This record gives sequence, C-alpha cells and structure tokens, in this order.
Amino acid sequence: MSFVKDTLDGVKATFTGLATTFREMVRPPVTIQYPEEKRPVRPRFKGRHVLKRYDNGLEKCIGCSLCSAACPADAIFVESAENTDDERYSPGERYARVYEINMLRCIFCGYCEDACPTEAIVLGDNYELSFTDRRSSIYTKEFLIEPVPEGGKATPQKVEPGIYTRSVPAMKDPED
Amino acid sequence: MMAKMVSLTIDGKPVEVPEGTLVVNAAKKVGVDIPVFCYHPKMEPVGMCRMCLVEIGRPVIDRASGQPLREEDGSLKIQFGPKLETACTTPVSEGMVVLGATEKVKAGREDILEFLLTSHPLDCPICDKGGECPLQNLTMGFGPGESRYLYDDKKHLAKHVPLGELIYLDRERCIQCGRCVRFQELIADDPVIAFSQRGRSLEIVSYSEPGFDSYWSGNTTDICPVGALTTADFRFRARPWELKAAASICNHCPVGCNLTLNVRREAVSGGKWVLKRVMPRQNEAVNEIWICDKGRLGYHFGAQNAERLEKPLVRKNGELQPATWQEALELVTERFQSVGRGLITLASGRLSNEDLFNLGKLTRSLGGKSILYSSMAGGDLTTQIGFAPGTNFADMGKESAILVVGSDLEEEAPLWWLRVRQAAKRGATLIVLNARQTKLDRDAHYSLRFPFGTAAAAVLALVNTLSPKRPELPESIQELARSSELKAAAKAFAEAKDAAILFGGDGMGLAETQALAQACANLLLITDHFGRPNNGLLGVWPRANDQGAWELGWQPSMNLPADLAQAQALYIVAADPVSDDPAYLNAFDGQKFVVVQDLYLSQTARLADVVFPAQAWTEREGSYTSGERRVQRYYPALQPNAALPPRVESPGSRRAQVLTGLRAELDGPQADFAIPAFLAEKLGYEGFVHASASLVFARLAAEAPSFGGLSYQKLAEVHEQWPIVGRSDLYYGGTTYENTQGLGVQLPLAQGGASLLSWPQVADFKLPKLGGIAFPITRLYDRGATLMHSQLLHKRIGEPYIILSKQEASRLKISQGGFVRITFTDAERSVVVQAKVDEGLPERVVLAPRSFGLPISGPTPVELKPAG
Ligand code: SF4
Ligand code: SF4
Ligand code: SF4
Ligand code: SF4
Ligand code: FES
Repeated sequence: MSFVKDTLDGVKATFTGLATTFREMVRPPVTIQYPEEKRPVRPRFKGRHVLKRYDNGLEKCIGCSLCSAACPADAIFVESAENTDDERYSPGERYARVYEINMLRCIFCGYCEDACPTEAIVLGDNYELSFTDRRSSIYTKEFLIEPVPEGGKATPQKVEPGIYTRSVPAMKDPED
Repeated sequence: MMAKMVSLTIDGKPVEVPEGTLVVNAAKKVGVDIPVFCYHPKMEPVGMCRMCLVEIGRPVIDRASGQPLREEDGSLKIQFGPKLETACTTPVSEGMVVLGATEKVKAGREDILEFLLTSHPLDCPICDKGGECPLQNLTMGFGPGESRYLYDDKKHLAKHVPLGELIYLDRERCIQCGRCVRFQELIADDPVIAFSQRGRSLEIVSYSEPGFDSYWSGNTTDICPVGALTTADFRFRARPWELKAAASICNHCPVGCNLTLNVRREAVSGGKWVLKRVMPRQNEAVNEIWICDKGRLGYHFGAQNAERLEKPLVRKNGELQPATWQEALELVTERFQSVGRGLITLASGRLSNEDLFNLGKLTRSLGGKSILYSSMAGGDLTTQIGFAPGTNFADMGKESAILVVGSDLEEEAPLWWLRVRQAAKRGATLIVLNARQTKLDRDAHYSLRFPFGTAAAAVLALVNTLSPKRPELPESIQELARSSELKAAAKAFAEAKDAAILFGGDGMGLAETQALAQACANLLLITDHFGRPNNGLLGVWPRANDQGAWELGWQPSMNLPADLAQAQALYIVAADPVSDDPAYLNAFDGQKFVVVQDLYLSQTARLADVVFPAQAWTEREGSYTSGERRVQRYYPALQPNAALPPRVESPGSRRAQVLTGLRAELDGPQADFAIPAFLAEKLGYEGFVHASASLVFARLAAEAPSFGGLSYQKLAEVHEQWPIVGRSDLYYGGTTYENTQGLGVQLPLAQGGASLLSWPQVADFKLPKLGGIAFPITRLYDRGATLMHSQLLHKRIGEPYIILSKQEASRLKISQGGFVRITFTDAERSVVVQAKVDEGLPERVVLAPRSFGLPISGPTPVELKPAG
C-alpha cells in the first residue's frame, strides 16, 4: 500500500517541480541582454552627471562653484573665467573654464543638482561608470557636457553685444 | 589727557566708553552687532543707508532741578524716542539705553533690506563678493526672507562698467552707501570717483583719465559692502571660500604692509598652487587695513611663470647652460676660495633679514666685502636715532610734529603718506620741505621749497634758527633761511613734544642723502627728539628691507662702479645694476668671476659665470625689517619648486632614503639664505644654517645685537586690534584679513656712535647756465623688474619719460608728450624719451624717474635735443 502511495507521491512531486519548470519555460525571461539591451531607469534615478545647454547651444553652467561647495564628498572642481561677446560660452559674465567631477568620490547624492542656480548640472540616467585607473575617474567638462542641440551652435560662440548680460535666468513673479 | 568716560547699556549689557564714541562702536566693543552698510570705522559717519537703526532711550532730566528723574523703584526714568535712530551717527551719552533686538528694530531692518534688494540683481552665484558679502550676510541675518516687490519691476542697469582698467563697477549691485566715494575723498585724497544722477539712476562715475586714477583704488573693493566694485585682477578667478590664505609682507617699499596671499590650485596651470589675489591684513601700527595698488596688483614678480629660473646655469664655452646644483656650487666654492679678499657681495634690500645675514657672514668668512645696492644712504643714523620701539604714526597728533624732507612720499612709500596725512588731520604739525610740489603739500602746515640740490642745507637752515652753533649755509639757501615761514616751522618742530623726520631721496643720490640724513640727525639731536616713542629719523628707502640691511651692517658704496671694477669676484644677489645703469658694464670685463642669484635671468645675470635660481618671497619663509624698524614675518604661500615633485617610483625607495638619511639631490630654486649656507658648508665654515628660515633667524638673533631676544615665535605674537575686522565682521571693517600670524616687533635702537653729532659737508649747489641737470625722482609704478611682470599695471606705468620745465620745453620747441633725446654726459649715453612739461619746475632742471631705463643714480648733467 505504502509502496503505491509512495510512488504516486513521487510522481506528483516530480510533476509539481516540472510544472514550475514548464511554466518558466513559457514565461518571458527577466534577464536582458546587457549591454546590448538596457532597462529604462526610474524617473528619479541619479546616475552620471550631465552638464546642460540651452537650446541655442550656450552652456547653462556659469562656473559659480556652488555645486562644488555643496558637494559633501568634495568631488567637484570648478575653475571660472570671463566670457566676452566674441567668445561666449554661457550667458552673463562668467563661465566654467574647467569643470571636473571625480567619480570615485561622488556619492550620487544630488546636492550639486540642488545647489545649481541655473539647472546646469543634472544627475542623468547613465550608470555605466568604469575606468581602469584613478586618473580616468576624473570626468572633465568635455566629457560631461551634453551635445549641442539641433539648431544650436557650439561654444564658444560669437554673439551680438548686449544680449546675454545675465547669468542667472530671470525669476518669475509668483502667481497666486 | 583721558577723555571723559560715559556709561550706558546696550541690549542689557553695561558699557563704559570715552565720550564721543558712536553707539555702533560702543556696541561692537561689547560684542553686540549692529548691522551697518554705509558706516565704516575708519571714516566719519554719514547716516545714508539706515541699516543701523536701533531704539535709543535717554534718562529724563527734571528741568527745574537738572537731576535725572527716577521711577518708583529707584531706577532711572528712561524716555525712548518715537522713532528708530541711526546708531552710526549717534554718540553715546550718560545713562543711555540702546535696544538692538526689539520687534520694532527688527521690522525696521527688514524693511531696509527689503528695500535695498528691490533692484538688486541677486546674482550672488557669479558675484566675486559672494561668500564674503556683507549684503548677503546681513540679509541672511536680518532680512525679511521674502520680498513683496515684483521681479518684473526690477530695474536693470549696466553690469560691466570699467572705471579704468583696474576696477570694474556693476551698477546693479551698488547700494549707494558712498563708502567708496568717501574713501577716495577723505582717506586717499584722490576724489576721482563720485556719485552722478540720483535715485535709482544714481551711479558711480570716474572723472579721471585714466579712469579711477588713484594708487588706492583697490581698497574700495575691500570696503564696498557689495560686489559692485571688483578688481580686474581677481574678477571671476575663484570663489573666496575656495582660497587658502598665507600671511605675508609686501616687499615693494619700506612700509612693510601686512598682506594675505590667497592661493588656490589651478587646473589650467597643471595643478600648481597659484596666487589668486593679494589682500590687506590688519596691522594698526603699520598699514591699518589698507594697502596701495602696487602691493595689491603688483605681485606677479613673485608668482611662478615660465620666465623664472629653475636650474642653476653655468657658463660653458661662452654660453650659460643648465647645470646641477652640485656642479654649480662646487665651481663657485672653488673660485671664491681662490679670490678670498677679492670678493664683493652686492645685495639689495629686496632680500630678507635671514638672507642678508647669511650672505654677510659668508662674505666676512671669505674676507670679502659686502655692499648694499641702494640709492640712499643714512641708515647708520636710522639704526641709532631711528624710530624707537613703541613708535606708531597712529599715536601722533596734536602734540607731534612731522617733517618730511626730500621725499615725494606717496610715490615712495604710499602707506606712510596716508598715515602722515592722517596724523596731520589729527592735529600734528606737518612740515613738508621739498624741492618741488608733492601731494603731501595739500595737508602741510608749512610747505617749504628749497632750490634743487640743497636738501641738506635746507635742513641745516632749520637747525640754524634753533641752535647757537651755526653751521655755515651755502648761498643758494639763504633766501629760504631768512624766510619767516621757515623760522616758524623750525620753532613748531622744536617745541613739539614728539617729532619725527622722514627723509627720502627725491632728486638725490647716495652722497646727497648721506648729507641730508646727517643734517636731519642734527636737527633731532639739538631738539632732543630721539630715543623715545614717536620720535626719530625714518628713511624712506627704495626697498623693503633696506633698514634690515643697515641693522645687519650692510652699507652702500659711495663709488660702486669703481669698487665693482676692482673686485676679482662678484656675488650679486637680488640686484640688477646693469639694467639700471650701463656704466656698470665696465665691471663685467670677462676677467672676473661673476655669480648672480636671482629669480629671473636679468641683464646682469646674462653676464654671469654662474647663475643660482632663487625662491621668491611667496615661496618661502623670512622676515623683513620695515623702515619703522619693525621686524615682520612672512610665510610661504606657494610650493617652491616650479615643477611638482617627481612621482615616487616605489614606496620602498622613499623609505630607504629616509631611513638611510640620504639627502635628496637639490632641485629647483632655493631660498636666498640657503644658497650661501650651502657654499659655506662646502667651504668648511661652521655656524651656517640652511634648513629653515627660523633657524637662521635664531642665529641672527644670537649674533646681531639689535635683534637680540627675538624669535619667530615673538614675531608671530598678536593682540586684539581696533577696529575689529575679519570673517564675521566683514560688514563692519570690510574684507581685510584679521591678523592672526604676527604683528612684528620693533627693534631697540643701536647704541650711539661717534658720527651722530658731526655736521654734514654741504657744498653750494648751482644749476648750470647751459644744458641741464637731471634729478632722479621715484614713481610708485616704475619699469623695474619687480613690477613689469604685472601686465595689468602696464598701462599705468607707461613708457619712459622725463619732466621738463616750461622754458626748456619752449627752447626745444616740444610740447607735452613730444620726444626728446637726452644725453647723460657723464655716462656718454643718450636715449629718446617722451617729455612731460611741469610749469612749476625751475629752468635747467630735468626730472628723470628711477627704474625707467635711464642711467641716473644722483643729480647728473644732461643735454637735451628734440628728437624727430
Ligand atoms: S554646475 Fe551649476 S552650481 Fe556648478 S558651477 Fe555650474 S552653474 Fe554653478
Ligand atoms: S553683492 Fe552680495 S548680495 Fe549682491 S550679488 Fe554680490 S554676493 Fe550677492
Ligand atoms: S560701489 Fe560699493 S562702496 Fe561704492 S557706493 Fe556702491 S555699494 Fe557703496
Ligand atoms: S605701501 Fe608699500 S608696502 Fe604697502 S602695499 Fe604699497 S608698496 Fe607695498
Ligand atoms: S546709516 Fe548707519 S550704517 Fe548706514
């Protein structure tokens, strides 16, 4: 009796297990073919920084160093210089001549993003940070800045005098 | 006389201050911050900004009895005014009660700030003041947090307005406090900027050409409470919080202003530390909180640039070629040893006390001769009857007299001009005795003129009116000697409780300044004005540490070209005689062995057999002795070696080096005190130190009598100063740095020598009937090696020029700005330079600025011709 029962139990167990196997065989896979295939990140994901541009191609960053002051890991180094209308990088008088982030130090807290008065530095979607020596962990401005948008011009630009006098975009009146 | 003391309470704290103190200052003294914008402790109040509003109550006085009324509990009855009052314009009074934190006061301050910010651009992110901005700080501390005004109503004004090429104005940021305008008028006495228009359209304009033409312009950027005024030098170069600070001393003139050097590592310079700006550091006995623009903007000489010497050079096959220190030091050791007594060491007061000490000691050990490269003599007297310890221009007032003779003080030592002028404003009798008009005349009680070339005689004329022992006076001075003004001046000088003399080298060379110093010494001795604080003789030397050199026994040579020509070997340190005067070229005949130690490959260095690269004062420690005989320390701001240290190959090798005590091979520039010590070591002399400036100073203090008892620790001592300046008090005193690293120590006077009371020889001096005599004058901005590295100042420095009298100009038929060929008959050299015309100049007199490439070390005969 017990032999028959044991056998039936064994067969059942086998099929229970196989059921999972068969089910999984027809289910779409969770793994993806990274790096050919990538998963979209969440809206508030904090990945590698991007330095933004305005639509006309001017850099949003005005070299104010506030991001570097806010950074708890001291990962950002900014060196500023003066814009002229003949060689304009950003609106206003000041631009970042050097902008570097040390990705080994950055803890991706996003404080820099919060501190930036022009929304120039944004933690983007890119999480693919790899390097084989310490030097290349320092991402420079050339590396971080986004490509010139369509219709915009590369920096430095030669512009008409008197147009881009303000560094920080004008605030709007509060609406009730 | 002690001023009457007044008691009052401020925010509940009892205070006792002298009568006449302003409420804002009384509060500061007990640590109560009353925010201000327009008030500045160095200037009279104007009450323009209304930021300092407080509630003030005063005891009620019974009219009938004249007694204060009392409350029932016996306390004084206090009556508060209906309105808030400005603490910056209200002097304290007995029993006053000041309230600075009531709701009414808070509301008042909030309203003022809200109002100030209505059209402020709020572009702190790019504002050079951001981070050390009083408007930022006070808004955070006392502001309303929110504005009721509409952004659309903001008035936009020009943000990039150069007031000349040195200072920029941002009109939007200006809060119209008037500090800058008042500073220029009251303190700098250069009212070249002013308010124009009114209301929202008010702006600061410069009326001068070139714009903002003043040696003091940089100070306005320190005291401007917002980022409206910025220097071209620091604009957008870094944020203040990113900078490191090193205490330093200006080495451009004998005042020895205390500085702070702000440095930061710079990516575009390959990660090196770079000087970003020079700021004043408070020392109320030296520069107060100010510095001149030469000190602020002329620092590039001490910066690291491509022209700096990095390696020793040794002449091989007729060419200077890079060599190792080992090689260069060995060669020099060998040659110096063989010439021994034939060695002349020529060094300038650009060097520190430690450098001059080691150099002098090495030269003595070899049996050679040390010569100070200077255009002025008389330091033997200033070491004996110079400024005594405790002397401070700030203490000179009603009972003091100050005689300035033979000096265009603002050009030669700007800060002394400022302080002498303020002493005169406080009531000190100021006597200006010069051959020509200078800016100081504006504040003088007695402005006396002597004929060119008779400075010493003019001082003797003063002596004559006071002393029965009458020195003979040459004829040309007789007219001045008989004038009643001179007699009155002499009397005022003699009768003053304290009296000081500042003598300079305006129009004079070594011999003339020696006589002048002697005459001044006589005047001080017969009027008994020496050996006590606020009395004595001050040399307005051409270089920062000339006084230190004199204290250490260095002296100039009365016939330098001949001395140099006779020497068998020359060791020239921090001096460039060849570019100053080609007459020295004869000394470099190729026969003698010449070693030059400098920062750059100067004209003289090009002729040397060995060139040692020296460290700049920004890269090392050291001390200078100011003209007021104050020994002051400076600290390193930059890394000495231009190149970053080489990568350590493996940690093991470094450790092995340390363990075996192997000294790393010398590399890069070395300190000026270390190089002679290296030589001494090779020569086998005892008692030389090269490891650090503080060890050299310890030796110096042990061996040089007047430095006895001093140490680097003593020099680094500080005490509290007034006004309070620094990080949390930016709104009050400006961005001047607080002094935390040393106020310096004044040297005791050396014991009197025999020369004190001898009368100087004064021959009569007459202008020639033909040709002319060129007199050297000093311009603050010159074309000397120490300034030409500062590109920003080039426009102000200008091209070489001379100044002619009206007669001479019309004889030559040239007008202002025309070109003349000037031939220095003695030097057999002629140059074409621009001519400026000075109406006040006597015929035959030509003024030639020093360090403008003209071979002039004293009054020199010249011939002039118009140049095509
Ligand atoms: S990224 Fe933003 S915060 Fe950073 S320097 Fe640029 S403008 Fe300033
Ligand atoms: S002046 Fe002060 S408050 Fe105004 S932008 Fe500059 S830092 Fe900001
Ligand atoms: S520029 Fe500065 S110091 Fe001058 S009035 Fe304006 S805010 Fe005041
Ligand atoms: S006054 Fe003299 S010491 Fe002071 S900053 Fe100017 S040059 Fe330097
Ligand atoms: S009114 Fe008192 S500080 Fe301006």
